[in-house]
Amino acid sequence: MKKAGITIENVHLAFGDTEVLKGVNLDIQPGEFFAFLGPSGSGKSTLLRAIAGFGPTPKGRILIGDRDVVGLDPWKRNVGMVFQSYALWPHMSVRDNVAFGLKERKVPSAQIKTKVDAALELVDLAHLADRMPNQLSGGQQQRIALARTVVVEPDVLLLDEPLSNLDASLRVHMRRELLRLQRQLGLTTIFVTHDQEEANTTCDRMAVLDGGVIQQVGSPLELYDRPENLFVANFLGTANILEGKVEVDGNERRFVTNTGDQLSLPEGSTGEGGNIVLRPQNISISRTQAADSLPGTVQHSEFLGSQIRYLVSAGGTEIVVDQSHRAGHDWIETGADVHLVANTQSAVVL
Amino acid sequence: MSQNTSPPAATRAGLADRLPRWLVPNLTGVHLVAVFIALLLIGLLLVPVAQVMIVAFQDPATGAATLQNFVDFFRTSLFRESFWNSFYVSAMSVVVATVIALPLAYITTRFHFSGSILIQSLGFIPLIMPPFVGAVAMQLIFGRNGTVNLLLRDWFGFDIPFMEGLNGVILVQSIHYFPFILINLSASLRNIDRSMEEAAQNLGSHGLRLFRRIVFPLAMPGYIAGAALVFIKVFDDLGTPLLLNVNNMLAPQAFLRISSIGISDPMGYVISVILVVFSVLSLWASFLFMRGKDYATVQKGGGGMAKRTLKPAEKALAYATVIFILLLVLSPHIGLLLLSFGTIWSFAPLPDGYTFQNYVTMWEGSKTFIMNTVLYAGIAATLDVIIGTAIAYIVLRTQIFGRKGLDYLATAALAVPGVVLGIGYLRTFHAIDVPFTDKPMASWWVIIALALMIRRLPYALRACTAALQQVSHALEEAAESLGATKRRSIQKIVIPLMTGGILAGFVTSFATAAVELSATIMLVSSNNDAPLAYGIYLFMQTPSGRGAGAALGIVAVIVVAIGTIASQIIIERDKKLKSSGDAH
Ligand SMILES: Nc1ncnc2c1ncn2[C@@H]1O[C@H](COP(=O)(O)OP(=O)(O)OP(=O)(O)O)[C@@H](O)[C@H]1O
Ligand SMILES: [Mg+2]
Repeated sequence: MKKAGITIENVHLAFGDTEVLKGVNLDIQPGEFFAFLGPSGSGKSTLLRAIAGFGPTPKGRILIGDRDVVGLDPWKRNVGMVFQSYALWPHMSVRDNVAFGLKERKVPSAQIKTKVDAALELVDLAHLADRMPNQLSGGQQQRIALARTVVVEPDVLLLDEPLSNLDASLRVHMRRELLRLQRQLGLTTIFVTHDQEEANTTCDRMAVLDGGVIQQVGSPLELYDRPENLFVANFLGTANILEGKVEVDGNERRFVTNTGDQLSLPEGSTGEGGNIVLRPQNISISRTQAADSLPGTVQHSEFLGSQIRYLVSAGGTEIVVDQSHRAGHDWIETGADVHLVANTQSAVVL
Repeated sequence: MSQNTSPPAATRAGLADRLPRWLVPNLTGVHLVAVFIALLLIGLLLVPVAQVMIVAFQDPATGAATLQNFVDFFRTSLFRESFWNSFYVSAMSVVVATVIALPLAYITTRFHFSGSILIQSLGFIPLIMPPFVGAVAMQLIFGRNGTVNLLLRDWFGFDIPFMEGLNGVILVQSIHYFPFILINLSASLRNIDRSMEEAAQNLGSHGLRLFRRIVFPLAMPGYIAGAALVFIKVFDDLGTPLLLNVNNMLAPQAFLRISSIGISDPMGYVISVILVVFSVLSLWASFLFMRGKDYATVQKGGGGMAKRTLKPAEKALAYATVIFILLLVLSPHIGLLLLSFGTIWSFAPLPDGYTFQNYVTMWEGSKTFIMNTVLYAGIAATLDVIIGTAIAYIVLRTQIFGRKGLDYLATAALAVPGVVLGIGYLRTFHAIDVPFTDKPMASWWVIIALALMIRRLPYALRACTAALQQVSHALEEAAESLGATKRRSIQKIVIPLMTGGILAGFVTSFATAAVELSATIMLVSSNNDAPLAYGIYLFMQTPSGRGAGAALGIVAVIVVAIGTIASQIIIERDKKLKSSGDAH
């Protein structure tokens, strides 16, 4: 199967007067598993559908391989799309559903049979070929929809929230399945989701969208550890954000919060903004004062099994702190005065 | 539900209590009403139809059971021909109606098209005119010497036999009945999720192929429902072939046998059995086909239906198609209007001159017809909504044994063609005298009203059921918990809240009963008892009466139009009222 990259250049798209995509630029490598992540209404589906050729014609360029597909009819794009609702045709058997695209491509019928069988084998559902779609479970329908799409050997594979109609445990299973399939076929794949765990566990890189604008692109780890703005920091995992400013004193850089508490920043750190982002697991809590510690009071605590999560009022805000739990370890009661020590090696100033 | 709570076991002592419950029913007012309605339906629907069936299988001389009548029927070449013609005309009407409805349904549901509302409303216009009324007007426009052919001959030197023999029946019927397909098909098309189409486009399909492989199969259940309805209606119809003077079809043959030879001739009954069997078969076939094929695919995560914007060339084509079809569909109305205002109209594209004389003549000659119509349709519609409300209540709100049966029985009237009901009434009631006289009931005008009542009951029942379904049961229970008896709560709460729906049912029943011909024509015994539809039929028999007939036809169209619009307005207003009631 040939691999094609996708390049999106300055794409604008509006429904009537409402602009939904506002200048999107993106480079997706051949064979990459890429995710669009963002809150509801951020334009993920709109962007994906624009790549497939559905919806209003966008301004800008969308290159698949080196062909600009803007304005091209959907049936001429050779882009495979799996719909959130699966869109299996209820009047056709599983086999006919999967064979549809091959028939449209006038593939000889002997070949159609082999290819359909292979595709069904790929998703482990060869035994269901003669069922009707309404006789399948949600997960099975999902896999048939996938088989129906990959059987035509599309240049790229687009998945719009393919797992959202499945229940939680099946979702975990299916996303591994999806990843296995993607690696096996080596297809350039875009996966739309608003579930960050789904994105983190599957994709090579992802783009976080908000309000029709791409906020940041990178691997899940990069985005989590090095968010470029507060939206990304907040959207991925839990972030504690303290307001203040950076003070430079010779070689030393310190972040001084609005409450006057000081956090010294590691050497070589950058960022001049008025916010510091601290992840809950990078803060330790103790009853005794230490250098650079922030005094606070425990408001609430939750036992989560491997961790204890404290909610501490400190630095002018409520700070979430996760302590890993070991047997015999002491649990600080609500109301106790504590001191927080932040590991500023992993902090980000924005 | 107090009537259903069984008494505690300890008090079950008497003989009556040890008999099965259904032998000693705990009768209440509702039970009595149910029994009364059941008897009425049995007497006015079941017995007459059964009577027809039985006679068809009886030796006319001895009364012994026999199949001889059917053998005779199929041995007579005229009957074989009539059978084939009826079948052919019905099938072809479905085909032509499809050709008319399909583009309209597709264009209005799948594209942004400014004419959509126009089509969706104009598309229903044929239904407000009984097909036989337009038939004569269609002769004048599409007949051998009608407008279109005169022009064709002048300009191109050929003509098209639109109205010759069976063609005429097919054209008139398909123009009249295509809205059944349009309505059902549009609803189906609207229910197809756009992802169904997008998935196909994504896999390389588009245009006609996409329509043929995905869209149409998904819309099939709605299409079949509409097509089956058209088939039955055409198969059963008497008025149109009669007016077009096409007698070699089943319904006209049944009518002619009974009216010329008499009610003892078995052929009319054999034909009735065939008509009923076909009605039931096509209803059943469409039911079988639909089973398990609810393709309404608008679903979670889908985008509902997508409408596409037409390119300029496509738009021009769409408008041309739509305008052509609408002209065709409106031609009976246009023709009828011209005819009613025309002086003489023959061998000319348009009438020679225009006048109001036809309306004057019509009014002088048809006051009785109009009065009779108001009387009959009024009685029929009133009884329909009373019985409809009662049945709806019994089915939805009580546990009375056999309540579903009542619903089925009333609805079964759908499968009984008017001709068959007419013959059944003639046969059943000719032997029974009108109370206190020695005239047979079969020639009593009341029988016409009752026949109309039975024919319209299924529609009224649907309207009343829908109305009752919108009245929450809790409202009634609230009244009862405040001390109102069952009867008072029905009177004070249920009926007032159902008024809108009941009124809509009344108006529709009235309007459609006013133009019914096929049962009426069998039961009218003297011109003094005849309603409007029969009057039109009489006028149209003579060339000189056609103008006045058309004027009367216009009156009929106006009556039905006002009725349809009024019931729409009532339903809409009622909906608004109910929803504002919910909000507070
Ligand atoms: N057909 C349409 N007409 C008008 N506005 C639309 C249409 N489709 C989407 N929108 C608007 O475009 C914006 C982006 O929608 P989109 O479906 O791309 O969001 P999304 O990121 O996929 O959200 P979700 O996670 O809920 O699926 C929304 O504000 C939506 O209201
Ligand atoms: Mg979406």
